[in-house]
Amino acid sequence: MASTIRVRAVASGGTTTVQSLIRHPMDSGFVKNKKTGKIIPAHFIQVLEFEHGGKTVFTALWGPAVSKDPYVKFSFKGGKKGDPLKVSWVDNKGESDSLTAKIQ
Amino acid sequence: MLRKLCIAVAIVAGTAQPLLANKIDPKADQQAFQNYFKKRFPKVQFNDFVNGPYSMDAGLRKQWKAIDAFPPYQFAVEKGEKMFKTPFKNGKTYADCFPNKGIGIRQHYPMFDAKLGTVITLEVAVNQCRVKNGEKPFNAKKGDMAAITAYMAWTSRGKLMDIKIPDDPRALAAYEKGKEYFYTRRGQFNFSCASCHVQSAGMHIRTEVLAPALGILNALPIYRSNWGGIVEYRNLEYFLSYMANGLPISGPGARP
Amino acid sequence: MSDFSDAPVVRRTILKGALAGGLVGLGLGSFPFPAFAADAKGWPADAFKHKSEADTLKALYGKTAEPSDKINLDAPEIAENGAVVPIAVSSTLPKVTGIAVLVLKNPNVLAAAYKIPEGTMASVSSRLKMAKTGKVVAVVESNGKLYSATKDVKVTVGGCGG
Repeated sequence: MASTIRVRAVASGGTTTVQSLIRHPMDSGFVKNKKTGKIIPAHFIQVLEFEHGGKTVFTALWGPAVSKDPYVKFSFKGGKKGDPLKVSWVDNKGESDSLTAKIQ
Repeated sequence: MLRKLCIAVAIVAGTAQPLLANKIDPKADQQAFQNYFKKRFPKVQFNDFVNGPYSMDAGLRKQWKAIDAFPPYQFAVEKGEKMFKTPFKNGKTYADCFPNKGIGIRQHYPMFDAKLGTVITLEVAVNQCRVKNGEKPFNAKKGDMAAITAYMAWTSRGKLMDIKIPDDPRALAAYEKGKEYFYTRRGQFNFSCASCHVQSAGMHIRTEVLAPALGILNALPIYRSNWGGIVEYRNLEYFLSYMANGLPISGPGARP
Repeated sequence: MSDFSDAPVVRRTILKGALAGGLVGLGLGSFPFPAFAADAKGWPADAFKHKSEADTLKALYGKTAEPSDKINLDAPEIAENGAVVPIAVSSTLPKVTGIAVLVLKNPNVLAAAYKIPEGTMASVSSRLKMAKTGKVVAVVESNGKLYSATKDVKVTVGGCGG
């Protein structure tokens, strides 16, 4: 099954810039299904982590106000082309996904 | 304010584009259409018209660029690619129905089908392909169709719109019908498409910016459109696409 | 023509609920930053429930914030679509360990909080939902203290599906 995680990680001048887009509904729990009139239950990523060289380089703690198919961009010192970068998330339903990408 | 706008628009619209009763001349229409917008918006780079409201407003442009840098429609394009490459039950694929295996051809649609005697849009062509190969057609307003056309638009990004209107009275009539639809006033405000997208192009309606009609379809399919789906009026699409010949395909498009 | 060439995949694993605890063991808690009330995943559930800036920051960091001009909060003046508002926060403050973004007119004001370990830049971009016109507050934790910057954002098409 295809991963929900997409990553673009580029190393340049001693810094790695990471952008990630994740396929996830990020339902807030405030919206009604237009057909049934029932509330669509909250379903959103809570914790998103990035690891490089055995160290966590970034953690996102998200709530339902983060947009659907969420995006994040950050940078960290270090990392070089070819290094693995691990991305993992877990949501409020206990679902999760993880991907190891290569820094370009 | 809105009333004054209505009056101003009605006056201007009355003086716009008279319908040619005698000769249908799409090429002349196209020159006039493109010249109108070039003259009205001299600071807009010609190719930028395909970005609709984003060519008109810096604040909106910045937000769109931020999202388009890593766009959520990426998932639809990936899904579309997978669907496009998956064979039908009979073993054939979409590539068998289209020239160039269906890659980089979006700019040719809509096209006039001489055998059927009607204009066919890309969505119609996709469904023709499906039916021809024993599959059920897609509901054109739902996700599957949008995913496939998003992929096909993606492979055609940058290609210049290239709509052909053959010297066939039926094709010319279809083009003329589309043009007539565009300029005809309707609805409770008595606006035509032109009222907003020609006369008032670039103006703000509350905080939305009216996209100029030139290039307005180059970013199809549009993602998350608040019109609730893809506008599928074939003749209108034929007319508007022809008006945009020479402008690059910019789809799929991220819009609110 | 740009393409979707993402960093190539080396290995993918799909974890299920039971392994989520393992996720926490990987990184959270291994670097110094103020502990807050968090669940098993390290998610500060309480902080996401508040309706005021003060209560949220108290729950999240145990402090209040003072305004700083060393925080750059990039948000549109008029959000085209409240469901997807691109917001970027960066700061020149020293020793930044956390960044948070609050949307004051949202049902719960905390939108996102980020942990910035040493070696990671004090800069985050994301896309947030805004229910209606109001203030966005960027909070930066630097040297153990909290600083903030605020911006007014107009929203016409609300971001909560309304």
